[in-house]
Amino acid sequence: MIASAWPPGLILILAALPAALLRGLPRRAWMLLVPVLSLLNMLSLPEGNQFLVPFFRQELVLARVDRLSVVFGIIFHIIAFIANLYALQVEDRFQNAAGLVYAGAAVGAVFAGDLFTLFVFWEMMTLSATFLIMARRTEKAMAAGFRYFMVHVVSGLCLLGGILLQVQATGTVAFGHIGLGGGLSSWLIFIGFGVNSAWPLLHFWLPDAYPESTVTGAVFLSAFTTKTAVYVLARAFPGTEALIWIGAAMTVFPIFFAVIENNLRRVLSYSLINQVGFMMVGIGIGTELSLNGTVSHAFSHILYKALLFMSMGAVLHQTGKINATDVGGLYRSMPWTCTFCIVGAASISAFPLFSGFVSKSMVMEAAALGDLRLVWFMMLFASAGVLHHAGIKIPFCAFFSHDSGIRCKEAPLPMLLAMGLAAALCIGIGVYPQPLYSLLPYPTDFQPYTAGHVISQAQLLLFAALAFALMLLSGTHPPEIRAINLDVDVLTRKGGRAFYRFADSTLNALNDWADEVFSRRLTRGLAQFFRMPVCNLQRLGFRALALLYGNHEWMKQKMSVSEARCETGAHPVGDGVLRAVLLLTVLTILVLLW
Amino acid sequence: MNMNADNPAPGKEPLVRPGTLKAMMAVLFAVLAALLLAEGWAHRHVIFPWEEWYGFYAAFGFVAYVVLVFVAQYVLRPIVMRDEDYYDR
Repeated sequence: MIASAWPPGLILILAALPAALLRGLPRRAWMLLVPVLSLLNMLSLPEGNQFLVPFFRQELVLARVDRLSVVFGIIFHIIAFIANLYALQVEDRFQNAAGLVYAGAAVGAVFAGDLFTLFVFWEMMTLSATFLIMARRTEKAMAAGFRYFMVHVVSGLCLLGGILLQVQATGTVAFGHIGLGGGLSSWLIFIGFGVNSAWPLLHFWLPDAYPESTVTGAVFLSAFTTKTAVYVLARAFPGTEALIWIGAAMTVFPIFFAVIENNLRRVLSYSLINQVGFMMVGIGIGTELSLNGTVSHAFSHILYKALLFMSMGAVLHQTGKINATDVGGLYRSMPWTCTFCIVGAASISAFPLFSGFVSKSMVMEAAALGDLRLVWFMMLFASAGVLHHAGIKIPFCAFFSHDSGIRCKEAPLPMLLAMGLAAALCIGIGVYPQPLYSLLPYPTDFQPYTAGHVISQAQLLLFAALAFALMLLSGTHPPEIRAINLDVDVLTRKGGRAFYRFADSTLNALNDWADEVFSRRLTRGLAQFFRMPVCNLQRLGFRALALLYGNHEWMKQKMSVSEARCETGAHPVGDGVLRAVLLLTVLTILVLLW
Repeated sequence: MNMNADNPAPGKEPLVRPGTLKAMMAVLFAVLAALLLAEGWAHRHVIFPWEEWYGFYAAFGFVAYVVLVFVAQYVLRPIVMRDEDYYDR
């Protein structure tokens, strides 16, 4: 352990407190300084397990430093710096603090060497991300944040259950390769990770919540939750075949939703799922090339996805609008944002010389080498689809298309600087990928820039672009429509209401009945009974006797006598009772004196 | 650049000039033709046999795009599209 170093992530988390308290220039300086300090601290850690904390006969590992954790740590710090720069003019204690805690928790989770530490950081991410969504303070954002929180609490419980079973079965909290062979525990952990990776059917929280978050919050959100999930899956489940098919489905289905979606930040959310799909396939194949592909794709994806979210955030920030039907023609007002957006669009579409090209091709090649024909075709289809929604639709609808008539100011300088930095990195990685390749978990001599590969990819993309141009000019391209599209969350959102109505009609009726029976009739009866309990007991006894022996005249007389005695409270007492009472009194006095 | 420029008169802006679209399409067609020609010249390392078919990637890109857009428009949209206030009702 190094005396002067801190556990990775802790600096960012602790820095949230000053960030929430400071104001103005000191806060801005602090927000930019902290990610740099934290990165330097992280890089100073030697390889191996550091910061070991004894915990109930187990050992917590706060920093497992190896090639896989370090590369994620580096990109998380880079994006934390860029997102803080982007959010520099936001004076909002909640957002500033939540952003830092969120980034710190993600770094902490990536370096966690045991399952408990991982779980703590995992939940910290959920909480801080919820704040980033709710910080927009609109009714929709509050509701979306609440739904986000509920989904992740459930998946967190699933993960916790898996962790507890796993620790019980293996006797260790260490977090390493898990695989699906361990029965229920491994499946619970797998699914817990899967919710955060937005697997098909479990993905609905992502396009629900991210577009409702704050302008700057979406930049943080786009980077950390899903990529932390990619990291833990790459750590614990490499070579799990299910992930190949999950990933292939993820690359394909969201692009159809993205085509018809009107909210441009929601288009980016679907596109995010599509990109994470490529990473899942890479993990599922589990070869050195495919895992390198997953990691490098996560690295470049974080940059260009954040760049795209930043550019759409700038549009939302400057115009107050984000629907494709409401914006358009903004290249006149926001030329720099438009330029950076196009760089992001080219990167995600994997045009040669942009970052997506040098990373996605590794996963594609790994799938081809594994002879996964169907998966390869699905990913190739998805690659053409990415060009549609992220490569063309995002910049075209926002900055070109019809002229919305909106004339606004260009985005503020910090936003432009952040976008410029991300765009420069996208191009830098695309032109010169060797520094990125040298960070990957396995040594590689992968060559993305072969003539054949460049020509194939350029053909794929540009002929797809030709299809776009011809459809647009001929009027067959689907129009943008002011509407929303149902996703799986209709089951939870409308289903939730249906459950509410069901509960209202059945459970509330039961409640009413119980209220009538127990709190009205029963209490009334009991109160009446206990007003004169002895008398009522006698009465019941006489009635029972009357039922058994018939209602004789003598019984009626006895009843009326006893009723009268009850009402006056005058019961005759025999002298036997008197003697007993006297004896007890004397005994009591004797005991007290003795 | 003047960021708050009023909407310039038609014809003043490069992107809305009548000739721009034609020029852009001409450039696109030229690049596409060059790419198709380059395929014959370049040495390609392929894994699957169909990658050797001439213009495979070009055709796939075009067809995939059209299929994607039409399926989204004519299959998915009728199923999932709702009014904007659907969840607020």
